Amino acid sequence: MIKNRDTRLTIWLLIPVVLVLVAYVLYPSLRTFFESLQKDGSISFGNYQDFFVQESKTNLEALWNSVYISILSVVVSALIGIPLAIIFNRYDFPGRSFFSTAAILPIVLPSLVGVMAFMFLYGESGLIPNAIKDLFGLEKVPFKIGGVSGILIVHAYTMYVYFYMTVSAAINKIDPSLEEAAYNLGANRFKVFWKVTFPLLTPAIVAASLLVFMISMASFSAPFLLAGGYRVLSLQIYFSKINGDMEIAATQSVILSIVSIAFLLFMRWYQNRKDYRMATKGIGAHRSEVKNPLMKWVMVGFGIIGVLVLLLPHFTILLLSLVPDGTWTWQTYPSVFNIENYRLLFADPNIFKPLQNSLIMAVIATVGNLVFGVIASYVLVKRKFVGKSFIDILVMIPWALPATVIGMNLVFAFNEPSVFSFGQILVGTFWILPLAYFIRHIPLVVRSTNAVLEQLDDSIEEAARNLGAKWFYTFRKVILPIIMPGVLSGTLLAFIESVGEFPTSVLLYTISNRPISIEIMNQLRMFNMGQAAAYGMIQITLIVIVLFISNKFFGIKAEKAL
Amino acid sequence: MASIQIENVQKAFGKTIAVDHLNLEIKDGEFFTFLGPSGCGKTTTLRMIAGFYYPTKGVVRFGEKDMTRVPPEKRNTGMVFQNYALFPHMTVFENVAFGLRVRKVSSADVQAKVQDVLRKVRLESYSDRQVSQLSGGQQQRVALARALVIEPEILLLDEPLSNLDAKLRDEMRAEILRLQRDYKITTIYVTHDQAEALSMSDRIAVFNYGVCHQVGTPAEIYNQPANDFVASFIGEINLLPVQVDYVEQENIAVTLKNDGEPVKLVVHNHANEGELNKGDLAVSIRPEAIRILDAIEDGTNVLKGKIESVQFFGSIVNVMVQIQHVSLRVDVLNTHEFGHFYQGKDVYVELPKKQLRLIPVISGDAND
Repeated sequence: MIKNRDTRLTIWLLIPVVLVLVAYVLYPSLRTFFESLQKDGSISFGNYQDFFVQESKTNLEALWNSVYISILSVVVSALIGIPLAIIFNRYDFPGRSFFSTAAILPIVLPSLVGVMAFMFLYGESGLIPNAIKDLFGLEKVPFKIGGVSGILIVHAYTMYVYFYMTVSAAINKIDPSLEEAAYNLGANRFKVFWKVTFPLLTPAIVAASLLVFMISMASFSAPFLLAGGYRVLSLQIYFSKINGDMEIAATQSVILSIVSIAFLLFMRWYQNRKDYRMATKGIGAHRSEVKNPLMKWVMVGFGIIGVLVLLLPHFTILLLSLVPDGTWTWQTYPSVFNIENYRLLFADPNIFKPLQNSLIMAVIATVGNLVFGVIASYVLVKRKFVGKSFIDILVMIPWALPATVIGMNLVFAFNEPSVFSFGQILVGTFWILPLAYFIRHIPLVVRSTNAVLEQLDDSIEEAARNLGAKWFYTFRKVILPIIMPGVLSGTLLAFIESVGEFPTSVLLYTISNRPISIEIMNQLRMFNMGQAAAYGMIQITLIVIVLFISNKFFGIKAEKAL
Repeated sequence: MASIQIENVQKAFGKTIAVDHLNLEIKDGEFFTFLGPSGCGKTTTLRMIAGFYYPTKGVVRFGEKDMTRVPPEKRNTGMVFQNYALFPHMTVFENVAFGLRVRKVSSADVQAKVQDVLRKVRLESYSDRQVSQLSGGQQQRVALARALVIEPEILLLDEPLSNLDAKLRDEMRAEILRLQRDYKITTIYVTHDQAEALSMSDRIAVFNYGVCHQVGTPAEIYNQPANDFVASFIGEINLLPVQVDYVEQENIAVTLKNDGEPVKLVVHNHANEGELNKGDLAVSIRPEAIRILDAIEDGTNVLKGKIESVQFFGSIVNVMVQIQHVSLRVDVLNTHEFGHFYQGKDVYVELPKKQLRLIPVISGDAND
């Protein structure tokens, strides 16, 4: 006997995990890197030289624009998210708990659909600017979004939630006695906030800033629909690929990856640093009631307006989905409403096909995520082996890499036969998109599974073994049933994200196998916004159902996994 | 039912040695306790018996069978975990039935056996409850029932009472003993609570830093501690560092290593004190063995001192007496007449020579 059984079992579980990670995460990334070194048939850093010293400076400009937009996104999101978190967690006024739940509404909007809603709300022919124009009898629309401002507004809308959630969590962890101690020592409210409360919140604020910066660097849908002539790096990759400049696309991907991964590493370092958060048991929320009646109703008023602004995109999509195609052309406002778009969606096979495609591919990808996620997470959390942190990093890479880069990686890895695709060319087949969705959501499912497995005491597994159960029996009858609710809520989230996935789809789809997001894009190009919105509503409904199921049946706040 | 032999076992985790040079023999049907502070290696040893760890060196045997590398599911031991480790997604019945179902017992038998054991732990009316609806003591009994129902050869209890409050602890102590006698099952009980160990065990092994210091009955461990660690870990004790003056057939004469005038004592020469020349030595005496005299009496080891403090504990009164810069703890039974002990009073104390033991000092801080 070479090793004992448990070691052998660990090895058996590790083999598929390592194979999948090497084949579909590591190898494609390396392929892209290798491709970026190809220049005129020889290997060199020529492409990188071109990137930085090119005459036209387009690439460098795109990189700078990406960074610029990301920094602005961080600032704007922080300015919305942090005050909201402080107000909702520190003051009590009528409707507070409703408003604080509503504040995470932007999550219930798939990115592409969200951008579309913003176009119709605040764009050139948008409802709001036109309404204001008509209301005040103006000559021109008073404002419109597009380019940098458009991207920025969409980013602020979706990304302030990260600030809101992390800062809220941090506020609730602050021990009230710290502030009371400061008051007791004679500090006034202003001093207490800036000298005690705010410093305690900085770790959360920094973490949220880094996260928003990364997400915004990777953002694709917003620039894709709103950028106009404005170049950002994630979009440049797509254009290079469309133009067939594969080596340049590879180089751009590598540079964008390096920025993202640098931020990921910085973030991990920052979070693992020894900080001064204290674990105190049983901290109750301590909110001060707003006593001044004027102040109170002003806050309620702002709360209601805020919720309306947050909900406008959802309403817009609903409204648009009720406008039949061809009935809203030159008019300022749509005039005909019916459910024709929904009827067509289920009656016309051509319109139904993309929805069906998306659902099928998302199911395949999600089943893969579930199986892989449970095995990988079990090995990572409950087993000891050499090289664990390496596997950990491989699992996290798809989270750090922008979706566009993951798409490009797959293009480079599987546009020729390889061992990992069983000698097949995957690009141009049905399988490439489910694979892309699978890879994109590995970190989400593994991380949400890790969270439940870490909660599960080792003694539970030991108790079953002690009672005579073999490992597989224990896993099936004891571990899986206990962790399933947590695992499913993460997996369902991966499912709805797969259904709406746009950036990798746009790089990899085939005409015969168009997912819903591509069809939304096509319908928008043909100005069939009604049909596009109907697709969007289907996605929104799916998301609402999933969040509801997670909260109701699993008792888990699914949005926590994000 | 089985005896357990642990032969020359060592367990290392990386460079840390958790258990070293361990030799134990646990008899068939015995209630055997591993006692020691946390991190002393007692749980590690238990887990090697359960099969969750394999020894780095040495052999573990159940009866004649070598079990050293048998996986836990094939050992037929029943273990009760410190946190009970009840399966949260199953009812009481399903938890108890788990081990039987694994053994493919027919469902009629499962029904009968589970009902039977639940009756023994007095939970027969709870069989359909979710385990989360039970109190700590009830969960504890489910864990016991689950371990007992498979009719294990050995019952392993890992600090099973540490999560219960004091009253429930007493109740469960009696319950565990009753069940153990009922099933006549070889039982290993891990605890850091010396009162539990003394009151429940047939024999006790005292651990510290991965080494077993002494194995014996509760009375042997208490009355004849092998060294200063065992002496001070179990119960209260006075440990007085000494040097040996001379050794006779019957007696050993020693002098205290104190600051004041030399204090000389005579210690009865017990048979097992062969290692007197090695290292530091101390004499030990239990507080209840010391007599406080009202007036000077003739006899050996009668010393003059002064009362430092008097503390009332209910059944006993604790009197601290200072003798030449050495504090002695004396426990006097509460016989309603202790008013004549007060701080500052001059008294005489007698340290009966048969109750004094000369033991090696291994921990370096014997005065703790």
